[in-house]
Amino acid sequence: MSNDFYTLNVNGEDHQVADSWAGESLLWVLRERLGFPGAKNACEEGECGSCSVRIGEEVVCSCLVLAGSAVEQEITTIEGLSAEGELGDVQQAFIDAGAVQCGFCTPGLLVTIDHLLEKNENPDDLTVREAISGNLCRCTGYGRILEAVQMAAASRRGENHE
Amino acid sequence: MSDVKTETPTSSSRIGDSAPRPDGIPKVKGTFAFSSDLWHEKMLWGGTLRSPYPAARINKLDITEALLIDGVHTVLTHEDVPGEAVYGLEHADQPVMAAEVVRYEGEPVAIVAADHPEIVRRALAAIKVEYEEMVPLTDPETAESVGHIHPDGNVFRKINLRHGDQEIQGDVQVEGVYEVGMQDQAFLGPESGLAVPGEDGGVDLYVSTQWLHADRRQVASCLGMREEDVRITLAGVGGAFGAREDLSLHVHLCMLAMRTNRPVKMVYSREESFHGHVHRHPAKMWYRHHADREGNLVRVEARVLLDGGAYASSSGAVIANAACFAAGPYRIPNANIEGIVVRTNNPPCGAMRGFGAVQTCMGHEAQMDKLATALNIDPVEIRLKNALKTGDQLLTGQTITGTAPVAEVIRTCAEHVPSYQESSDLMSLPGGAGRTADPEHISRGEAIAVGFKNLMFSEGFDDFSSAVCHLENGVATITCACAEVGQGFVTLAQQITREILGVEEVVLAPAATETVGSAGSTSASRQTWMSGGAVQKACEEVRLQLLQRLAEEHKVSVDDLVLVEGQALSLNGDFSINIDEASENPLEARVEYRHAPTFPLDEDGQGDAHVSFAFAAHRAVVDVDPELGLVKVVELVTSQDVGRLLNPLQAIGQLEGGAAQGVGLAVMEEVLVTDGNIRNASFTDYLIPTALDMPPVEIAAIIEQPEPGAPFGAKGIGEPPSISSTAAVVAAIREATNLELPRVPVRLTDIVSVEELS
Amino acid sequence: MPVTVARSLDHALAALEECPEALILAGGTDVMVQVNKGSLSVDQVVAIGRVPELQGWSREGDWLHLGAGVTYSEMMGKEISSMVPALAQASRTVGSPQIRNAGTIGGNLGTSSPAGDTLPTLFALEAVLTIRSSAGIRKLPINQFVVGVKQNALQPGELIEKISVPVLEGPQEFCKIGPRNAMVISVASFTLLSDVKENQVRSCLGTVGPVPIRPTEAENLLSNGVNWEKNEVSSEVLEAFASLCADAAQPIDDHRGSAAYRRHAIKILSRRAACRIFSEDHS
Repeated sequence: MSNDFYTLNVNGEDHQVADSWAGESLLWVLRERLGFPGAKNACEEGECGSCSVRIGEEVVCSCLVLAGSAVEQEITTIEGLSAEGELGDVQQAFIDAGAVQCGFCTPGLLVTIDHLLEKNENPDDLTVREAISGNLCRCTGYGRILEAVQMAAASRRGENHE
Repeated sequence: MSDVKTETPTSSSRIGDSAPRPDGIPKVKGTFAFSSDLWHEKMLWGGTLRSPYPAARINKLDITEALLIDGVHTVLTHEDVPGEAVYGLEHADQPVMAAEVVRYEGEPVAIVAADHPEIVRRALAAIKVEYEEMVPLTDPETAESVGHIHPDGNVFRKINLRHGDQEIQGDVQVEGVYEVGMQDQAFLGPESGLAVPGEDGGVDLYVSTQWLHADRRQVASCLGMREEDVRITLAGVGGAFGAREDLSLHVHLCMLAMRTNRPVKMVYSREESFHGHVHRHPAKMWYRHHADREGNLVRVEARVLLDGGAYASSSGAVIANAACFAAGPYRIPNANIEGIVVRTNNPPCGAMRGFGAVQTCMGHEAQMDKLATALNIDPVEIRLKNALKTGDQLLTGQTITGTAPVAEVIRTCAEHVPSYQESSDLMSLPGGAGRTADPEHISRGEAIAVGFKNLMFSEGFDDFSSAVCHLENGVATITCACAEVGQGFVTLAQQITREILGVEEVVLAPAATETVGSAGSTSASRQTWMSGGAVQKACEEVRLQLLQRLAEEHKVSVDDLVLVEGQALSLNGDFSINIDEASENPLEARVEYRHAPTFPLDEDGQGDAHVSFAFAAHRAVVDVDPELGLVKVVELVTSQDVGRLLNPLQAIGQLEGGAAQGVGLAVMEEVLVTDGNIRNASFTDYLIPTALDMPPVEIAAIIEQPEPGAPFGAKGIGEPPSISSTAAVVAAIREATNLELPRVPVRLTDIVSVEELS
Repeated sequence: MPVTVARSLDHALAALEECPEALILAGGTDVMVQVNKGSLSVDQVVAIGRVPELQGWSREGDWLHLGAGVTYSEMMGKEISSMVPALAQASRTVGSPQIRNAGTIGGNLGTSSPAGDTLPTLFALEAVLTIRSSAGIRKLPINQFVVGVKQNALQPGELIEKISVPVLEGPQEFCKIGPRNAMVISVASFTLLSDVKENQVRSCLGTVGPVPIRPTEAENLLSNGVNWEKNEVSSEVLEAFASLCADAAQPIDDHRGSAAYRRHAIKILSRRAACRIFSEDHS
């Protein structure tokens, strides 16, 4: 156990992490120390994407980030993707398209898709599939998820999605 | 993320609408509490020591060193189990913790509670176990003849179905031996929970599960406590698919909490999860189909062997299903089906979506294709010719009295013209980003398969669900212990209540053993019928109570009153009242709902053992690279018989999701077991379909022929999508390669021929 | 403080000098898997993910120098993929987008797995590694760096600074077999690079030996057998090339594939890769 502390910037705010074990992953610290259980722990070996968070400009698996090394980075979790009390467009699309069943993969997917649509406002089917190929879903078969992405993309482009 | 809407509930939706899930908003915000998200200020962490051997005697178990580690609060073994040493769904044959022997790799041997998971890890490493390895029983074909590896013997169940003429021969006969590998449910949410010791000497357990009350029965038994002192509340479930029907960490967690008098949380790692739950039974099936020259089925003979692994779980019910549905949704005038499920030292097997019918569907559909080839009849034609319909008899002698639109399911699936546009990108070829092939290397195949199974439990099981409806100030509160595992029962519960009571606001109380009776398991495609039925019944009773109250107060006839859009109205327009006001004085109904009784199978496997059946067909198009054995499923079309569509969007989700699991079993999913050891207990090597592997699933037809006796006429829809999908994909690969492919999952080396490899 | 987040190369090297056994952590995509499992305990860590000298790449004449911290996503970018297409193709097959954003070429070398996806191309290019320690600097050709299954020549206190590869002129192919279309560990892989200036091909087999294998006999046969003016090669030469590549493989049986399959796969992949680069003269 370390008596030192370090500071993580999560969703725009600084959080101190004290009394930690050196090997704790960012995922674990977010969930068990900082009160951000949104990122999930389906595999903790980088094979499912349920722990996806944004660090700076990139989406990464937070289970593969050593928490103590993530200092001075802008970490954004699912909890930080939309303002308090509001739903972002991808979140709303997930609900409208029926893309949520058990919901365990949902936070990771939302972080990934939010990032995708920032970079690409009109991704085709294959592009979306490749972008979410690191996010496993066991319930949906991805059909409604892909539909949700197109709905959100259309909404961002200002169109009405058919 | 650009903000669009504030968090307001969408408009009310009733039966038949694509109502949005009530838990959708917390799930997309990341605030929904799954069982691994639970947290308590004073909580300790729990962990489990598991046997590395599939069969061994435990000669010595020394926990003294572990106890000395700073931060360890307790270490417990089988000696500390307060009540019954064993538990089980059908038979109590599985130890809470191993005493003298371990019978499968991963069997729990000791449990620990400590301040931090790292301390738990060190404590587990410090427990000294002296194992004496034994030779594991790993070949299910020998299980019957070798020495017993358990006092209850090596055969869980043997079942024989003898239907009609046992000797009759067909002019054409086709034979085959088929194998299905061990599939895993691979739900994403790990086994997890929180146990909190009660001040009254009881315990509160928050856990992901499929059946709260079955858990409570077993946990109480093992803790030596009364059932009412074990209070189980459903925590958020991250998928189940059969894997949470049995206990996993439940007793362990409660023992740790009660011994330390602290809340204890436990979360399995993914690797531990593979060892910690039951898998789909691997199967070996021999079939001989007899037909006449026109293609009418004359007799089916089959022997189905399932490997149940170390403990019973629900193996008895699985083999019965496999046997009863062994020949598929066809008219079979004569049959002898032998089913056996055995105990081995392989990983324990139990419920997984499809429950025995997945395995036999792969067999019977391969056989139907062989017949079609032998008779030079089109594969769709031969299926239509033999398709079951209402009034036909099953292999069990039971007559189908409900709906059975099998021909329509097949025809619509076969005739559907897909609208999906294929991509010409090389990424869409087998191999994907691996760039292993060009279009000229690819062979395409297409095939259809049909499957079915029963809904609800069978063979005389007392299958029921319970619900409470409470109406007060215009708000309806529904309490039902139906485990929501992602399938969307919570949405249906609201839709049903709104439909019957005409109110907008429907609150779902937590699913808990303390407040409501059993809802049965979330499995067997039963909850829409059973818990939907219970909610319907409870709401109907409250509705009647309310109408009777109003009828008395306002001197009108009950028959003249309706509840609609928040109002109670008399049909003649004389009066109306807000339901808010009318229910200021609360009304409540507490009900149990049962389906029509089923009956046991006799010694010939004959009897009215089932309530209802659901049918589905899949048509698969696959691209195969025959030189490398790589496969890409290009397209999947499906038709399904649903009775009545209660929520179209959620139904689509089940059809697409179940098909994905079928695709997985066809081409990539297998728990690889060698000498009783799992070689791929991780998502690195247990592969489930990603978005790049899964084709679009096009729904050719959702066939609504209301099922008599079913609440709203609706059949369960969860399992059929996972049954014929595997069979369709492997049949399409056969078309593309001209290979027999008697085994799923189809591996690279199944397609690349032996000659090519030498 | 168990975790040192290095801000410069000197800072990293000083930390490593002080604690030569420290875990070097860049993207974490291999190391953290083991940490999470509990099979790697964490005492001292030097996190080098933000060392500026390890980021980015530069072109010097015919050489491309890649910082050890360059990620797979970066290697898929336009510039690198135009200079070393096979490296970009290989990067696209690694893990998932999340893994590609974090994983680095230095990490792939540091892990030295037989299935490492950048390694076949780097071997074919005869990449040169620049290795730094507080004691100094040394350069090592890659085939002297990756020496066995998860074994390399990195000494305690050292880290990889950059990887230098020649920029060849000519088409390149990297192919990898996995049982699923995303997130797969290679069952077998193959890289083929054509060098039209030297009228030579270079190739490498991946995942079919303890380290990547240069099938030199096959390379010579193809280099000499190609009609470089017409960019054509005969079917006989292609067959012989493929056979020699397969012969050079030293595959094993494991739960991901059999030796026989792997050898067969190399034969198929090598022929197909060559057919993409050269036209087949059927006469």
